[in-house]
Amino acid sequence: MAIRPRKPPLFRPKKPIGRSVLKEHRKLIEAIDRRGVLRGTLSLGALALLTGCDVSEEPAVQSTLRAVSAWNDGVQSALFRKVHLAPTFSPSQVVKPPRFNAYYDIENVRPVDGGSWQLELAGRIADKRPWTARQIYRLPEQELIIRHICVEGWDYIGQWSGPNLRAFLERVGADLSAKYVYFICNDDYTESIDMACALHPQTILATKYAGAPIADPFGYPLRLRTSTKLGYKNAKWIRTIEVTNDFRETFWSKQGFNWFAGI
Amino acid sequence: MSTPSVKSLTPEIAPRRARKPARLHPLPLRIMHWINAIAIFIMIGSGWKIYNDDVILGWLHFPDWIVIGKWAQYGLQWHFFGMWIFGLNGIAYLAYGVATGRFRQKLFPIRLREIFATVGDALRFRLTHDDLAVYNAVQKILYLGVILVGILIVITGLCLWKPVQFSELAAVFHGFQVIRIIHFLCMAAIVAFILVHVTLALLVPQSFVAMITGGPTMRGAPALAAAPAPVAPTPDSSQ
Repeated sequence: MAIRPRKPPLFRPKKPIGRSVLKEHRKLIEAIDRRGVLRGTLSLGALALLTGCDVSEEPAVQSTLRAVSAWNDGVQSALFRKVHLAPTFSPSQVVKPPRFNAYYDIENVRPVDGGSWQLELAGRIADKRPWTARQIYRLPEQELIIRHICVEGWDYIGQWSGPNLRAFLERVGADLSAKYVYFICNDDYTESIDMACALHPQTILATKYAGAPIADPFGYPLRLRTSTKLGYKNAKWIRTIEVTNDFRETFWSKQGFNWFAGI
Repeated sequence: MSTPSVKSLTPEIAPRRARKPARLHPLPLRIMHWINAIAIFIMIGSGWKIYNDDVILGWLHFPDWIVIGKWAQYGLQWHFFGMWIFGLNGIAYLAYGVATGRFRQKLFPIRLREIFATVGDALRFRLTHDDLAVYNAVQKILYLGVILVGILIVITGLCLWKPVQFSELAAVFHGFQVIRIIHFLCMAAIVAFILVHVTLALLVPQSFVAMITGGPTMRGAPALAAAPAPVAPTPDSSQ
């Protein structure tokens, strides 16, 4: 069988490269020894590590990115549909137990003693008397079977019940024209939501999950559950509710996460 | 190639008034192309960072040196910054393509026979690229395809960002994770496109240069001219 001449490979120039190039640069080529290459690679790596301190952290860049994030808060607020309901699901789709998430691991959860716990009220609220868990658990309940969406990308369907936040705010004489509802939690986590979200029909102070009191890792005795925000906005182990017109950065927004975090 | 070039335009569409001759890639198009390149770079790099926090494929974790944003919040910040550039530039590009007739002229018609002919030529390394002004059938499909993927990635992106506010739109996809996977696959398709696009642009350097300088001037009317005849040399396939 005759051997056919090979076609020139696709990426090879048609004319051969002059060997003179090699001669001219012999010194340089000989100087490239293994150690030199190693040293070069290492210094490149070091450079990469140096640049590893990420352009995002440059003050000018970070302030620009945060300004856009604040602009996005406004856009999200404008997009918010006040009475539009999130999809709800059937009890058979509920994941039990719910998925845990906090700024620490589940082993480090400090359970709240429901007997001595009290909910404190602050800010633009007429009746600031604290509430015991028993009092709150006696309020009329609303059940929500809604999707929890984490900023990381995972989601699950949960079944939450407890007093409607709007009804609760009305009961204690809160100023519903104020801008924010701010939550301080037992683990010193802070979170706040805009009033439109607080008044949304699917925003509750959850006390139960799948019909039973919420377990410790998920916010016992009281947590927020709203269908219109990402997971981290749903404060757990709530200690204080404050109605206010002052914007304050919250646990995650201080670190650069979007404050509005609407879905 | 028997392609009649744009030079052979019929006289009635010749310019009525004297104006600067149009180039292969008009200036607005070049500007939008490079803005898009930057926006895509930001969106993909930061998207990989966001993906890493909850991977879809267990074996796929984008290395730290390739993603944009050292921490999750930086990845998110870049993504929700880049989305404005990508989205607004994309809308401008689509409006321009439709309004000037460029899409109709460059990307249509796509004929089945032409596709087979081009693929055949490509497999036999006989693909010529002597007329930058005319796309072959495979190019048309790829460019049209990547535009459609770009639209889909924006739609799924909106559904991921606002699955409740846009719940009617999100409902089309049956579930949040389905939307994530489609968004991810669109990214993969765009990355694959970029690999081919950049490789070919570098192999045919004049096409790369044309996207900077504008390329050859086009005699006759600017982009608004009639659709070019198909590549296939059969007489019956011309209009």
